[in-house]
Amino acid sequence: MSLLTRHLAPIANDRIPLLPMKVFRQEILENIAAGQRLSVLAGTPATAGNVRLVAALADDRSGGLRLLAALAGESYPALTPDCPQAAGFEREIAEQWAVIPEGHPWLKPLRFHRAYRPGRDAWGRGDAPLAPSVMEFFRVAGEGIHEVAVGPVHAGIIEPGHFRFQCDGEEVLHLEISLGYQHRGIERALLDGPHPLTIHHMETLAGDTTIGHAVAYCQAVEALAGCVVPARARALRAIALELERLANHTGDLGALAGDVGFLPTASYCGRLRGDYLNMTALLCGSRFGRGLVRPGGVMFDVDQARLDTLLTRLATTFRDTAGAVNLLWDSASVMARFENTGAVAKPLAEELGLVGPAARASGCARDVRRDFPTGAYQGMTITPALGEDGDVLARAQVRWQEIQQSVALVRTLATTLPPGPCHEPCGALQPEATVVSLQEGWRGEIAHMATTDSAGHFARYKVVDPSFHNWLGLAMALRNQQISDFPLCNKSFNLSYCGHDL
Amino acid sequence: MNRLILERWRQKHRTVAYPAQPPALPDRLRGAPELNPDKCRADCTQCVAACPTGAITRVNGVLQLDMGRCLFCGDCQAACPTGAIRLTHDHRMAVRRREDLVVTGRERPLAVALDAKIKSLFGRSLKLRQVSAGGCNACEADTNVLTTVVFDLSRFGIRFVASPRHADGLLITGPATENMALALQKTYDALAEPRLVIAVGACAISGGPFAGHAEVRNGATALLPVDLFIPGCPPHPITILDGLLRLLGRLEDI
Repeated sequence: MSLLTRHLAPIANDRIPLLPMKVFRQEILENIAAGQRLSVLAGTPATAGNVRLVAALADDRSGGLRLLAALAGESYPALTPDCPQAAGFEREIAEQWAVIPEGHPWLKPLRFHRAYRPGRDAWGRGDAPLAPSVMEFFRVAGEGIHEVAVGPVHAGIIEPGHFRFQCDGEEVLHLEISLGYQHRGIERALLDGPHPLTIHHMETLAGDTTIGHAVAYCQAVEALAGCVVPARARALRAIALELERLANHTGDLGALAGDVGFLPTASYCGRLRGDYLNMTALLCGSRFGRGLVRPGGVMFDVDQARLDTLLTRLATTFRDTAGAVNLLWDSASVMARFENTGAVAKPLAEELGLVGPAARASGCARDVRRDFPTGAYQGMTITPALGEDGDVLARAQVRWQEIQQSVALVRTLATTLPPGPCHEPCGALQPEATVVSLQEGWRGEIAHMATTDSAGHFARYKVVDPSFHNWLGLAMALRNQQISDFPLCNKSFNLSYCGHDL
Repeated sequence: MNRLILERWRQKHRTVAYPAQPPALPDRLRGAPELNPDKCRADCTQCVAACPTGAITRVNGVLQLDMGRCLFCGDCQAACPTGAIRLTHDHRMAVRRREDLVVTGRERPLAVALDAKIKSLFGRSLKLRQVSAGGCNACEADTNVLTTVVFDLSRFGIRFVASPRHADGLLITGPATENMALALQKTYDALAEPRLVIAVGACAISGGPFAGHAEVRNGATALLPVDLFIPGCPPHPITILDGLLRLLGRLEDI
């Protein structure tokens, strides 16, 4: 049986039930069928060159977390045919560990790098350099069918990725997304850490989510070190998380407006996004929050004058944001382009295990801040912003609801900031233990799983950016859409390339 | 329609007065590092040990800080017992030569303008193609923000274009991942000559926090001839704009 625990509760490695593969699979499938989600499924090194698969299942209703493990051997029967949300995880397991999930319907490399076990390769590739996206793509054949290839270098200032469309005229029958161009070897570099660079890798693994990943990481090491973060630091972290959400959601609404040629909201939100970033810079000097969050707390305190400046700026910026965003809903030309475009129905969103605004837009009521609250979110009331139709409009409206909620949260946090220190020393990590840390980033659930060795160093550190769950959602959203709507659909998800590629 | 016009009036004119006026920067901004050799103790290596990227070294007893590797985290400043190392509020950091990024106790050079012939080509119209090669989206975002109404990059004749065929230069972010090396080279090859290369951020200059990883090529510098280096992690938009304007010879007296 799996171990029912909570996130941020360190578990001795040998207490994670090591189940026979058949039971491991059955447990996962049964719990997913009962409405839980696969937050993490990853290979970890085991004795004698073996690979141990570890799964963390999140139960949004109870706030519980289930941990279970099994030895992978050289191959095992894939979960993906019965559990589509395992698709990306199992491709990753094959690529990182050269373990074959037998029967995976679409077993391809994710990031195009060599396996962690030298000399082995899930695809039997030789020593020649690996070239990204050089692989068989899903092909549609027939009269009038054509293929469109886009990327890795795109038209705008945007990260690289490759998109392969199978089209019948203007209609997209299938979109396959091939990433890996941004792969920097972060998980490999985290081994044996924490190193002096570890926190910087956290801050740059997805730069637009600097605070989100830094907080998820710090929570994990604080749990392993038994470090209690002062209340003031917890509140300042939550303020920074909400400012990060405000900046990105506002930028996204502007970019959505830009993609349908509605320039007023596009230009206003372009400016306002920067105003929210400047509020983060008011706290710590960096618009992205670099240097703010560190194990043990935060490195910058605020006095009353700075808080007052923050609240004044927040009020004026929010007023302008409301004015800019509400133009969208009043413009028939915008609404006509947003409505019924790129819809992901709720059952599909559940099946794919989508997270964040993309999941909530399809009606899935999940938000880590409510379901697995940490820090200052404990004791606060968070109501997930929900849509119904899962289309571009719903994803836009969920963002707008969340902007309003975040402004209210920052106000509450800033006006009730607890006194006291904002940093405590964070000591050595508990050896031979595993901890899962969840945090609601602006794109959705960020999951970090840290496993330490006998010296208290990272034997494995797994990062799951929300984008990892959601890229397949974008691919499915494009089915039977006009190819010209791709930029709009893409922006409505606004997923991270580097967060996926690591 | 009335609401649109009303909102336009309410949102006001928002373009910053920079460069005619000094830029408004956050008071906690960690800008250009400054070393004070007189305060530095010869037997002390605390800043060297504190630097996560090895940007600080002691060469023949003289302390050096390589801004091309610096993440501007401020750990050196916090570690220094004598106040010999300090991150100032100065946003101006772009240089034309890699070695000029190495800060010592001496005066820091800033980027000089393109030579007269190239400047006559690009001085009033510079079209750039941006390529992210493993960037974390922070340098990209603070480059992109230059095109908003706040900075209004096009008032300087600078624009980002969709095709390298339309571009006079390449602005590169990220540590140049192995998986982007070919695409980066092909994009560069597609630019007509003469062409410029601008490296933005610690990653593009040195590999940043990923320097030495087998998965990256330690920045654009290793692959292409770089004409302008803009350090930071990420650089503030004003730092990037300052670099671009200096390159075009438009900030020579600031």
